[in-house]
Amino acid sequence: MHDMLPNRKAFTETLTELAMNDASIFVVTSDARGSVTLDEFAKELPDQFIEVGIAEQNEVGIAAGMASFGKRVFVCAPACFLSTRSLEQVKVDVVYSGYPVRIIGISGGVSYGALGYSHQSLHDFAVMRTFPTLTVMAPCDRHQTVAMTRFLAANDLPAYVRMGRGAVVDVYASSEESFTFGKANVLSEGSDATIIAIGEMVHRAVKAAQLLKQQGVQVRVIDMHTIKPLDTETIIAAARETGRVITLEEHSIFGGLGGSVAEVIGQNCPVPIQLLGIPDEIPVEGSAEDVFSHYALDPISISERVIELLER
Amino acid sequence: MKTVIEDLIIKSAHIRKDLLTMIFHAGTGHTGGSLSCVDILTVLYYQVLRIDPMHPRDPNRDRFILSKGHSVEGLYAILADRGFFPKEELNRFSTYRSALIGHPSVKVPGIELNTGALGHGLSCSVGMALAAKKDCSDVRVFCLMGDGEQAEGSVWEAAMAGANFRLDNLTAIIDRNRLQISGDTESVMRLDALDRKWEAFGWHVDIVPGHDMVGLFEVLDNTEHEGKPHLIIAETTKGKGVSYMQDMAKWHHGVPTEEQFRQAIDELDAYIKEVSTYA
Repeated sequence: MHDMLPNRKAFTETLTELAMNDASIFVVTSDARGSVTLDEFAKELPDQFIEVGIAEQNEVGIAAGMASFGKRVFVCAPACFLSTRSLEQVKVDVVYSGYPVRIIGISGGVSYGALGYSHQSLHDFAVMRTFPTLTVMAPCDRHQTVAMTRFLAANDLPAYVRMGRGAVVDVYASSEESFTFGKANVLSEGSDATIIAIGEMVHRAVKAAQLLKQQGVQVRVIDMHTIKPLDTETIIAAARETGRVITLEEHSIFGGLGGSVAEVIGQNCPVPIQLLGIPDEIPVEGSAEDVFSHYALDPISISERVIELLER
Repeated sequence: MKTVIEDLIIKSAHIRKDLLTMIFHAGTGHTGGSLSCVDILTVLYYQVLRIDPMHPRDPNRDRFILSKGHSVEGLYAILADRGFFPKEELNRFSTYRSALIGHPSVKVPGIELNTGALGHGLSCSVGMALAAKKDCSDVRVFCLMGDGEQAEGSVWEAAMAGANFRLDNLTAIIDRNRLQISGDTESVMRLDALDRKWEAFGWHVDIVPGHDMVGLFEVLDNTEHEGKPHLIIAETTKGKGVSYMQDMAKWHHGVPTEEQFRQAIDELDAYIKEVSTYA
């Protein structure tokens, strides 16, 4: 495998391999084969590839109908559209009717950078996690993406998975160690504070913890790859044992990972908590990296916020 | 055939009585649209659909999707009558913890999809018909939509897809009663000419009087339109079968008073007697 690989590419490579041996796997897409990187899948497995045109509502409805026939359907399209335009189809056709469609939102968060707010999905964790039975996940690197894809192909669950557009630095050395369903990964131990991160922000949390270590601050880092079902046990233990919690996500500070963690901590073990993400405004224009820098979501700024929280 | 048709006519009158009884006792329901589509459902469930109430999950069953989910009362009455679940369950319609709620629920044996949000059923039906094609199975998919529902954009996304995928195992039916909750469909949002619209989208279109059992049977059972999905515009009357409800938008979700309920039952009983006398 390549050294730096976008998660979407790791996903499609894995899915293509799995679908070659499982004729029940189908991809449904809405004119997004290029942006999802599905060209290879479409070429190798044309009978398992369904193109519906630019019609995300129909896309999810068709997927639910196919799933009712026992097909293992992966809906693949930009997260911004799947989590908004077709939200009612996710709610009614997939969740309410109980058909296990896998919804893969690619180029999530601010991946599309300067394409603007129409193409950003900073609300998807918040809305998707309110749907009963829907699994909500975001892989942090290519290895975890592979593991999640294998898990989704092998388990008939309705799920929403968000992944980004660009290449991501590795957090894990292999897919085997990267993912256990429903169980967060503690990436580093620490007793002064905990950073809980999700998706493509996890490597920033790891970097921030390394910076803090040089200053003598021991930070626990948790990769919360799954928002639903949420590993509350690991959150509560971290709050009790480290006394301070920072959440980090490429999402609105409302309702996503931060909201989920705050709900658990507030009801079980109140400790000071700081939610890092995109504030309640239309995000600044620029590349994804510009947006992260603007909102102080770079490792140095994150480490400074941890120090501030320790001093609170 | 004559006897079969008379049986269907009598059956549909009994289904109308059942659904009115459910709505009257529950104090809630969508009366007008349920009455308008009873004859379509009756022909489907007693003559057309290849289904087995003893094996409701048989993978080779035909699928029926009630996209206009608010008209579920008649469907429940028919499923109970066909033996999918005990008829006594109808008495629990819209009560605490009953599976029989005001829109279709897959908790009810015989129901394939939870609907209620309009404009969803046809997309799911396209997915089902496409899956049947992938399986090389001869399963047929039928989807009943409302006419007011035609204003939903997703209907037309599905219309495009059905023709694009050449789903000749898919039949969609529009319950064209020309009334929706706010009044005349054409004044709320002009829909005509629906036949030309669907034809332009690539469907084989039939228009049929929606309370004519013979006509309905002929078009519903005819799925031989190679390479094209089939759209049936069933021209119906909202509130059909009860004199004071017919063609009145206010009966969209009106619930009869006791006196009105008795009158409705009396009218239907008189109709059943009249038809039986001919038989």
